[in-house]
Amino acid sequence: MDRIPILRMGNFLLVTIQVDLYDRLALTLEADLVQMVKKTSAKGVLIDISAVTIVDSFMGRIIGNIASMSKILDSETVVVGMQPAVAITLIELGLPLKGVHTALDVERGMNLLKSMIDDFDDEDIEEDPDGSLAE
Amino acid sequence: MLPNTYKLLQKKKKAILELWMKNQLADEGLREDLISNDELRSQSEELVSALIGNLSSDSIDDFNSDQWSPVIEILGGIAITRARQGFTPRETGNFVFSLKEALIEVLQQELQGDLQSLFAESLKVNRIIDNLTVVTFETFIKGREEVILRQTDEITEISTPVIRVWDGILALPIIGTLDSARTQVVMENLLQEIVETGSSIAILDISGVPAVDSLVAQHLIKTVSATRLMGAECIISGIRPEIAQTVVHLGIDLSNIITKSSLASALAYAFKAMRLEVRKINAVQKF
Repeated sequence: MDRIPILRMGNFLLVTIQVDLYDRLALTLEADLVQMVKKTSAKGVLIDISAVTIVDSFMGRIIGNIASMSKILDSETVVVGMQPAVAITLIELGLPLKGVHTALDVERGMNLLKSMIDDFDDEDIEEDPDGSLAE
Repeated sequence: MLPNTYKLLQKKKKAILELWMKNQLADEGLREDLISNDELRSQSEELVSALIGNLSSDSIDDFNSDQWSPVIEILGGIAITRARQGFTPRETGNFVFSLKEALIEVLQQELQGDLQSLFAESLKVNRIIDNLTVVTFETFIKGREEVILRQTDEITEISTPVIRVWDGILALPIIGTLDSARTQVVMENLLQEIVETGSSIAILDISGVPAVDSLVAQHLIKTVSATRLMGAECIISGIRPEIAQTVVHLGIDLSNIITKSSLASALAYAFKAMRLEVRKINAVQKF
């Protein structure tokens, strides 16, 4: 069966989805990713969905779920590279993906993750709930 | 209609056309600026020929019969052309009504002795022309509506420019009312531009939006959420005091959205968020 590779980069996990997700694949990814977060105790998860052109409410929920699950396991999720059509579809479906951080591309997503982890480590302050800007 | 009446009309075709042309040219509402006399004559001639050529004892009573379709087609063509050329409805109506006068005048000359049949025939001519007028108006209005529809499309197209105000900052001034279709265009343009320029901040300026109701606010919130999903931040600027009042009175929650009163303050916020600084230069420098 197909699997979506989960790469480890230091403290972060990197998932690039290069195919259109179907339901079973998404569920497998959800399970694998949570396992991987636990195993590597990663501080951040970056999901690149720039190649995904089709989403439905199920897929939107899976992405939201992954974010919530990682959060419980003390790791932040950033979704990067969402296509305009996908963004519009999710909004029309009423899934604004609250709690998920977003960035335009992988680079900005990485910076965002780093800044979030740094903030947490260095200053021990409360994290910006809206997700501060990629800077 | 008596069989000899439509024969009579066919025989008198030339006279009817001349009378009609005379009526039209004598009319105060003649629009020589919109249509030349030669063109008017050829239009009229075409219509008279089609009308009289298709008169028969069957077609007189049944306006739905197929025999009328060539006449309706010609008339429809004329009406649409006139709608586009900018004729008023009255002028277009008079065009057809003056044909009625010409027809009745000819009938009057020919049936002088026989008042009863003159009356009966006039009634029938009246009915035909009335039907034709209705057709003319239907097509005229349809032509006008097409013009309006096209203009609406054009306005939608041109009124949603996405401006790159700085490297990484986009601005989108919205002028006019936001409806669902327009929001769709605005959203698509904005998101597309965000991808193309890699901008991280978008400013939605609504100072040109006359009124914000709950639906418009809903559309704005959707656009902001979609921008956020893309990984960029959306600021709404240009909120007038009246709009702020309406929004609060309607109970719309905009607290999750960054709002600024003017485009300038939104831009200042964007600079700050991108860690840029605008400073006055002390010494006078030559560029």
